[in-house]
Amino acid sequence: MANDHIDITVEPGEVHALLGENGAGKSTLMNQLYGLLQPDEGQIVVDDEPKVFRSPRDAIAAGIGMVHQHFMLVPVFTVAENIALGAEEVRGGPLGWLDRRRARRDVLETSKKFGLPVDPDALVEDLPVGAQQRVEIVKALTRDVDLLILDEPTAVLTPQETEELLAVMRSLTEMGKSIVFITHKLKEVKAIADRITVVRRGAIVGTASPDTSEEELAALMVGRAVSLEVDKAPAEPGRDVLKISGLVADDDRGVRAVDGVDLVVRAGEVLGIAGVQGNGQTELVEAVMGLREVRAGTIELDGESLGAMNTKQILRAGVGYIPEDRSHDGVVKEFSVAENLVLDMYDREPFGNAFRLNTAKVASSAKERIAQFDIRCQTPETPVGTLSGGNQQKVVVAREMSRPLRLFIASQPTRGVDVGSIEFIHGQIIHERDQGTAVLVVSSELDEVVGLADRVAVMYRGRVLAIVSPDTPREELGLLMAGITGGRNEEKK
Amino acid sequence: MTAAATTEKKPDEQPADRETFFGVFLRNLWSANSVTVTALSIVLAVIIGGLLIIVSDADVLAKFAYFTARPSDALTASGDLVGSAYSDLLKGAFGDPEAFSAWFNGTGTWQEAFAPISETLTYAAPLVFTGLSVALAFRGGLFNIGAQGQAVIGCITAGVAGFAFGLPPVIALLVALLFGALGGALWGFFPGYLKARTGAHEVITTIMLNYTATLLLSWLVLQSGVQDPNRTDAISKTVHEAAKLPSFGGVLRVHLGIVFAVAATAGVAWLLNRSAFGFEVRAVGANPHAAKTAGIGVARTYAMLMAVAGALAGLGGATQVLGTAYALTPSVAGNIGFDGLLVALLGRNKPWGTLFAALLFGALRAGGNRMQSYTGISLELVTVLQALIVIFIAAPALVKAIFRLRAARAAGLSVTPAKG
Repeated sequence: MANDHIDITVEPGEVHALLGENGAGKSTLMNQLYGLLQPDEGQIVVDDEPKVFRSPRDAIAAGIGMVHQHFMLVPVFTVAENIALGAEEVRGGPLGWLDRRRARRDVLETSKKFGLPVDPDALVEDLPVGAQQRVEIVKALTRDVDLLILDEPTAVLTPQETEELLAVMRSLTEMGKSIVFITHKLKEVKAIADRITVVRRGAIVGTASPDTSEEELAALMVGRAVSLEVDKAPAEPGRDVLKISGLVADDDRGVRAVDGVDLVVRAGEVLGIAGVQGNGQTELVEAVMGLREVRAGTIELDGESLGAMNTKQILRAGVGYIPEDRSHDGVVKEFSVAENLVLDMYDREPFGNAFRLNTAKVASSAKERIAQFDIRCQTPETPVGTLSGGNQQKVVVAREMSRPLRLFIASQPTRGVDVGSIEFIHGQIIHERDQGTAVLVVSSELDEVVGLADRVAVMYRGRVLAIVSPDTPREELGLLMAGITGGRNEEKK
Repeated sequence: MTAAATTEKKPDEQPADRETFFGVFLRNLWSANSVTVTALSIVLAVIIGGLLIIVSDADVLAKFAYFTARPSDALTASGDLVGSAYSDLLKGAFGDPEAFSAWFNGTGTWQEAFAPISETLTYAAPLVFTGLSVALAFRGGLFNIGAQGQAVIGCITAGVAGFAFGLPPVIALLVALLFGALGGALWGFFPGYLKARTGAHEVITTIMLNYTATLLLSWLVLQSGVQDPNRTDAISKTVHEAAKLPSFGGVLRVHLGIVFAVAATAGVAWLLNRSAFGFEVRAVGANPHAAKTAGIGVARTYAMLMAVAGALAGLGGATQVLGTAYALTPSVAGNIGFDGLLVALLGRNKPWGTLFAALLFGALRAGGNRMQSYTGISLELVTVLQALIVIFIAAPALVKAIFRLRAARAAGLSVTPAKG
């Protein structure tokens, strides 16, 4: 059961935040409100009038619009075409031609009225994620909705885009629109919400005002006290484990992405790489893992070159790797939890050999690791695709941490992961560091990098601009991430 | 505007009246699982096939001209025609009760009684191999349209090995089968290697190699050394007795190939689920990016997989030559490769499912022969039936709508937590 007797009320002109962990039932609730799912019991009342929504069309007619977590846009259509889609204006009878001019005008009008700049003629596929989201919002607003549901709108946005979105939300509420804001990010809730409803396991566990502390909100969400700070002792760095010198690599389009990076990661320390997404962090990590061609430079693990090894050999040499895109690169969703846990070790004793699998051993080891890493799944045979994001990530973490490691690379280790799992994963990363493993953490969340790292390398346009202490003031880090060095730090690497 | 949402659900009710096992069984049977959909697709195909039989018979249609006056005439005639057609189909595929009673009271032989089953198994054997070839490749994310070409090459290499070498019994057969497998493997490895190396799409390359293989066969059977010296038409020498797949002889054409086919099914099932290679194949098929990230060589897996799939299709061709045809002709492989595609689809790309699908296709083919000669209905009806079954399987939503099947989830087959 995803929702169990939930009552919520949204007032005009307010931002009502629906806060809950992944899998708490927030989206299910909102899909019912938007007519995508039918409630088994209970009713929806709009302006004192009970309504039954058979489809999103009914919901839109009643003044409810929704922006989904995964955008429902046609990439090869223009912005105006996408916005018109589903409510096309046609001239000359039912089989007439589309009134593109009017569609364009509607878009411009709405965009001006609500201060949401969009180019009606741009192709959606050419737009950055933040702009695509604006298109979705404009699309909902052209349907004259009074209540806008935003499902995890900030999950895909950069910090700057998030700020812009919050500003848009404020101006919308000033114009009398109501917003339901679904999220599990505490900072944003505190920044924007007028009222907060916390959902856990399909039920409302509390309502809160925006001045409730983050710790209290997190505790409500998870059901126990949660530490939001990463708890760790000072690092005791040892030998140089990973040594990257003069590394050059290209991205998928053949454009230089890593442009001469030198880095050293020592045993027993966490090196964090901070930077706005798309400054070469992804390509750097993929080059180290043998997943991307190294154009120039060397990568050494304890003095041994990784350049000539393939991914399997690198993993077997004692490198653990959490890829940044979990569902794309981290797990095979159709595979069971047990199979995903041996995705890189299936042909090694005790799980099997080059010829056969030892399914009994795979299953028994899966049980152990499910318990050890607190993976919430029905059985080890459950397909990973049915687990929540946090639990899928725990499967990846469990897999990569279950063999002796010299180097551990975690790329966006807690993206799309709920608070409770974040705490757990951070604890595991620090535990690995304390075992004497060299750890490289890449994250676009500055809080995460600063919390985990013993040293912070800031990447900008394929280069490491500076390596600084995590205690460096935020403003300075922010400037570095924007490529402004201020003439110092340059020599510190 | 004020909007309030109230969704209410009762807390989990205690199972006051526990469901009986039978109740659960019935409910699951009537939910949209793949077995039910497959079975109902066959039922639908048979119904439509029956309508086609009626429509295509002039005598019966004539009775429909005075349908309003005496509907019973038209209905009885239709029923008789469809009934006899399908009963001949069944008799031709599984056996005629009269033949069995003739055997028991001494007027017939057991060979005659078992001949229909023998025909079914004979037709099914090569389809099992080509079906497995397609199914295995598909599990690795590759669409092996090339099973036909690989089967043709398997025919050539097995056939040539069968008449060219003078080897002792058992060894001759094993060598010929091995050549068939190797020939098919080579023909599968090419597109696999091209895909791994250059990204050339396997559908395009295998279709091209199908033509190449067929034309090679047509050319080869006319060459001296291959063509039967006593014949002027396009037929090769006959394979040595020692290289033939042993059969009962006489009307019982069924041969050892069907036993090998069952063994191959078990082998492929083991390979997929219990071997390291099968793990790689399934991982690459489901998510090549994650497989690559976990260190699995995706390109290597593609090339190996196509070679193994090609070997299976090649064995299908070898079974055809060494088990039934005994000599190469330009059309010796028939349509076994393309039928293999349908068999794999019908068997849902699962090894045992493919075996049963091949048996069904074999039964339709064997029964169709009897239906044609006894009821006078064209053998093409069998092709229509096969096509209809596949269409319904390919459009499960249609079957679910016609029979109003419940979604599998509602029947408690799987539980998918909502994303939150």
